[in-house]
Amino acid sequence: MLDAIAFYTLAALILAFAIAVITARNPVHSVVFLVINFLAVAIVYIVLGAEFLAMIQVLVYAGGIVVLYLFVVMLVNLKRGPEAHQDPRRQTGAGVGLAVAVLAELTAILAYTGRNPLPAVVPAASARGPGGNTEQLGWLLYTTYLIPFEVASMLLLVAMIGAIVLARKVD
Amino acid sequence: MLRAYVPIFLFILVAIGFAVVTLLISRLVHAEKPNAVKLEPYECGIEPETDARDRYSVRYYLVAMLFVIFDVETIFMFPWAVILDRLALFGLIEMALFLFILVVGYFYAWKKGALEWA
Repeated sequence: MLDAIAFYTLAALILAFAIAVITARNPVHSVVFLVINFLAVAIVYIVLGAEFLAMIQVLVYAGGIVVLYLFVVMLVNLKRGPEAHQDPRRQTGAGVGLAVAVLAELTAILAYTGRNPLPAVVPAASARGPGGNTEQLGWLLYTTYLIPFEVASMLLLVAMIGAIVLARKVD
Repeated sequence: MLRAYVPIFLFILVAIGFAVVTLLISRLVHAEKPNAVKLEPYECGIEPETDARDRYSVRYYLVAMLFVIFDVETIFMFPWAVILDRLALFGLIEMALFLFILVVGYFYAWKKGALEWA
């Protein structure tokens, strides 16, 4: 019961701040709303008993990723009005098509998981020690999901090389 | 288990409350006599030269990007370290492989001069 109240309060907060992110006129305000959004998601993880994920959410998302977003805001010339950023090559039709596709996909997932609920991967919060589920998470990640873990390093490598290639001086 | 978070919750409430009360009280008691100098953003006493919304060098972004990548790399080592005694040699090898791939990227960044500021 208490969990349900916590979840729906947090869900409402997350949605409200997500809407604030996309409606704020000032991009720096958007980024600040995004930090609050990420922190609320971290609290959802704590309510679910996933302390490790919550810490990562705070350290990586609210800490690291948001700094990246701020730098992107600083790289863009904000003195021009939003109208000046209108791109004549913008593909409105393709964007709407993609949005509809994503919506259909999400609806399909929702309909599917509504009929066949996923089994719980980790035991209930009461069955665990004070350290949360870090051990179970590690065990799954480094045995069952070994290949995705190694592929993740390739993904990080691609991100690193991509950033360097994009940011280096044209010579 | 969530009971353990009650002190943290209270701490957050007190922190927000302190900020809100301070702002409210100063709003209630302050004198309203603005002038151009007072309304300027405070920059450690130095007069601001340009607008803060200037464009920055892309190098800041590159450094932040590299930071996030190595941040994520380190994050992966926490759950690994917790169960390393059970994973034993197998765990050591898989983490070595993971780190090796990222060290390749580190050397790429180094050779491309992404770590240099000049």
